[in-house]
Amino acid sequence: MIIISNNLNIYLILAAFLFAIGLYGMIRHKTLIGMLVSTELILNGAGLNFMAFNKFTAPDPAVGQIITLFIMGIAAAEAAIVVSFILAVYRKYKTSDPESLKELIG
Amino acid sequence: MIDYYQIVAQIMFVAFILLTIIGALLSVNAKILMHSVLGLAVCLLGVAGLYFYLGSMFLSLMQIMIYVGAVCIVLVFGIMVGFTPNESAQKNDIGRNTLLGIVASGIAGLGLVITIFGKTSWETSAATVGDFSIEWIGENLLLKYCLAFELISVILLIAIVGAIILAKGGREEGL
Repeated sequence: MIIISNNLNIYLILAAFLFAIGLYGMIRHKTLIGMLVSTELILNGAGLNFMAFNKFTAPDPAVGQIITLFIMGIAAAEAAIVVSFILAVYRKYKTSDPESLKELIG
Repeated sequence: MIDYYQIVAQIMFVAFILLTIIGALLSVNAKILMHSVLGLAVCLLGVAGLYFYLGSMFLSLMQIMIYVGAVCIVLVFGIMVGFTPNESAQKNDIGRNTLLGIVASGIAGLGLVITIFGKTSWETSAATVGDFSIEWIGENLLLKYCLAFELISVILLIAIVGAIILAKGGREEGL
């Protein structure tokens, strides 16, 4: 009986896949919210990596879990900030296209 | 003697991996912005299941509560408030950045996979302390990683205040 869930490489490849597809989505999406969604995918890839190394190689199993908790907290704060940014930008420029946000106003 | 529980567990593991992959693909390829957030929620649920297999039920529950419960709701809220229905349903025009995205993500992903398989051999460390229990996490959070714990609470407070100020600005002009 093959136990595939005890293999480190599966988790690492899945995390690399999440990172690559997040990068693809960040380049391809044409809206700011879509780019934020891709950022969440990349952060999840990082968290999955930390958890995999925490299970298989770390001497202290609390470290990876705490780092992943911090990643979740940072991601929540970042999502709130970015959504309010997008609302402010939309209110000022009346557009959601990142290509048209070209000027900086102090 | 066949271990039926193990077979069911492995099938569920493959199902969680498929859920993650399908959710991520849906998230980046969706035509409608709301479907993109839906794909993100599916992908995060799959990752939460994988956290369960990695030994941490606590992180799995936190993933569902924070990411699926909070971040996705914030994103849906942002879409519904900030965009008119026409814009949130607008088609992402395919072809302009797709080639660049495929090349960049392909190079990055290929490099990572080559590194995983070729360059490194992961060694299991000998000395182990603690376990996967919530008590051990809490003890570490309050003793060893106390400064980071306090700092992240300050970061969350600053993020809340900043989000309120940013979203509030300009409202007086509109009224």
